[in-house]
Amino acid sequence: MSEHKHEPVPYRTFIQIWVALLVLTGVTIAVSRIHLGALNIWVALGVASLKSSLVLFFFMHLKQEGRLFKIGLLVMLVILAIFIGMTFTDVLYR
Amino acid sequence: MSIEHRDDTGARFGMWLFLYTEVILFSGLFILYAVALSKFPAQYSEASHKLNIYFGSINTVVLLTSSLTIALALSAIQMNRIRQCLNLCWVTVALAIVFLINKYFEWSAEISHGIYPGSPELAEMGAGVASFFNLYYFTAGLHGLHVLIGATLISIVAIMTAKGKVTSDRFTLLENSALYWHLVDLVWIFLFPLYYLIL
Repeated sequence: MSEHKHEPVPYRTFIQIWVALLVLTGVTIAVSRIHLGALNIWVALGVASLKSSLVLFFFMHLKQEGRLFKIGLLVMLVILAIFIGMTFTDVLYR
Repeated sequence: MSIEHRDDTGARFGMWLFLYTEVILFSGLFILYAVALSKFPAQYSEASHKLNIYFGSINTVVLLTSSLTIALALSAIQMNRIRQCLNLCWVTVALAIVFLINKYFEWSAEISHGIYPGSPELAEMGAGVASFFNLYYFTAGLHGLHVLIGATLISIVAIMTAKGKVTSDRFTLLENSALYWHLVDLVWIFLFPLYYLIL
């Protein structure tokens, strides 16, 4: 594997991401107090996914990593989607 | 005279591979949650209302902040600011302890209301509510265990940094512990809305 040192990420970037994460937490809590029916859970999951990508790409430096790391994540997500999909085709149609 | 072999990228990728399996581990519990939610929507909403949203929200802020401090610690060691890096590591550990203390108070209050797996009160509330709390205790418990492991790892790395074994040239241990800590944060990002915020 080729060795490359990451440039240190400036403190300011991390603090901006942290603020964004706090704002998104506020959004989830606020939206969860409004009755939207089944939409509530999808909004919650959507905001959670957005927060996760911020953590993955910035805090966990995925943005700076090579292609292998990103493919790894993608493979894991595909496995997860199969896992969820197969479970629900069973549960919903039995 | 020995030749030193090191592969920092390989070490990091190994950590990522491990974290992928951790995600699959927690996903199993979240899928169980999703199946039970589709079976007992009303009971899940009823049970979710019994959880204290303030404890959940405060712990979210605590974990997000601890994720920031450990990310900053990694930048600090890369810029050879050892003192600052150590302080940030200890702040992270302190926040982890705050999280666990909150959890202690939260669970104590719930248990004193008779809400714990296998309790007679829970049995009376019906299968839906009981399944919610069983999953809640198991998932949050497993997550809490990860908080404890992560805080221990960061403490060990901080001590090694103080002793000069983790340096601005050689910080993979800190990097991988930080990755683990961010995973703990990631799990909580999903756990919090799914358990505390269901209407």
